Amino acid sequence: MTIVGPIFTMISRIVVVATLLAVAAGPAAADARDDAKKQVEFGIKVAQKGLWREAIIRFERAARIDPTYAAAYNNIGIGYEHEGDLDKARAAYEKALELEPNNQLIKQNYELFKEINDRTSRSTQ
Amino acid sequence: MIARAARLSSLVAVALTVACTSYYEIPIETPIRAKLDTGPFQRVLVAGFIAGGADDVDSNLETTRLLRSQLRNKSDLRVIDVDVLPLMDVASDGREAEASGDGGLPPVIKDEKDIEAYEHVFANVEYWKKVGEEFQNPLIVTGTLLFVERTNNQVVQREVEMFDDLGRRRLVPTRNFVERKGFALNGRFIFIDGRTGAQLHSQSFGEQVMYSTQQTTPALSSYFELMDRLIPNFLSTLSSTKVKGTRILLQ
Repeated sequence: MTIVGPIFTMISRIVVVATLLAVAAGPAAADARDDAKKQVEFGIKVAQKGLWREAIIRFERAARIDPTYAAAYNNIGIGYEHEGDLDKARAAYEKALELEPNNQLIKQNYELFKEINDRTSRSTQ
Repeated sequence: MIARAARLSSLVAVALTVACTSYYEIPIETPIRAKLDTGPFQRVLVAGFIAGGADDVDSNLETTRLLRSQLRNKSDLRVIDVDVLPLMDVASDGREAEASGDGGLPPVIKDEKDIEAYEHVFANVEYWKKVGEEFQNPLIVTGTLLFVERTNNQVVQREVEMFDDLGRRRLVPTRNFVERKGFALNGRFIFIDGRTGAQLHSQSFGEQVMYSTQQTTPALSSYFELMDRLIPNFLSTLSSTKVKGTRILLQ
């Protein structure tokens, strides 16, 4: 009975501290996502104009700003696929799927990528 | 029923993902680098193949002709036009000297095992070096081919319309065995350096085409159908290509 009190107090303190940290980190994370989204938005615009190298730079910057941003990794995968760097493309798609395993659009891109990648490596000894 | 539910749930998942995300479809062209550096060669010799299987098609001659014409149109290398090399004889010569009795090689190739007996010819560096010297050190294309007939049985599920005593219509799934026939083309393209006689690269392949038993398709057209599938991969070994497609950029 005497032990339960201090343990309860300690748990309450941990919960309070964790909540405060989460509240404090919330706006920071949202800011990071906003900044990353701006980079991705610009990357998409230049990719649509065929400027893939610049697009990759933007997508990579977005992933550095917010390393949990699956869309940025998905776009990096597409960029590297277009550039013919299939190893980097695979790594980026896999990271995107690690972050969002149920995202059907990323899955679709990855399946199409794998089809090409398999074709190039298939039956080669 | 389960398959339909799975399909439906995956469609719902896609719809939900799409609804929650801004996305942009974009065309891409993936460059595929050539697997082989053909820089040191000005000429290419499609030497012929160790081939067998169905009698209706001379897969050795047809493949040699087809590859030469493709290389002439789609490669920078100059294609050497000569008769196909008698590779089976070359392989037999070597074996007869070594083996006692009948020489150990099957006179006609019917299956993979027969082909294996001839495979040693591709490792005969001296022979290929001699061929290389004769044709001014080209890149040599050779390999194995087995074009055979295939039959198989497949279970096909169909929904049959039925009416009960009250005249209500319902679809009952029924399973039937369907016999199919067709052809398979298996083998290996081998690329040899005519300067040294050494193998540079080898590429295995296997394709098959099946038809219903009612359909009559000549062996030669099946052969060309199968080669059509193999040729892009063959050409991408020697020259860079671009694969067009579309992807989804996400925001």
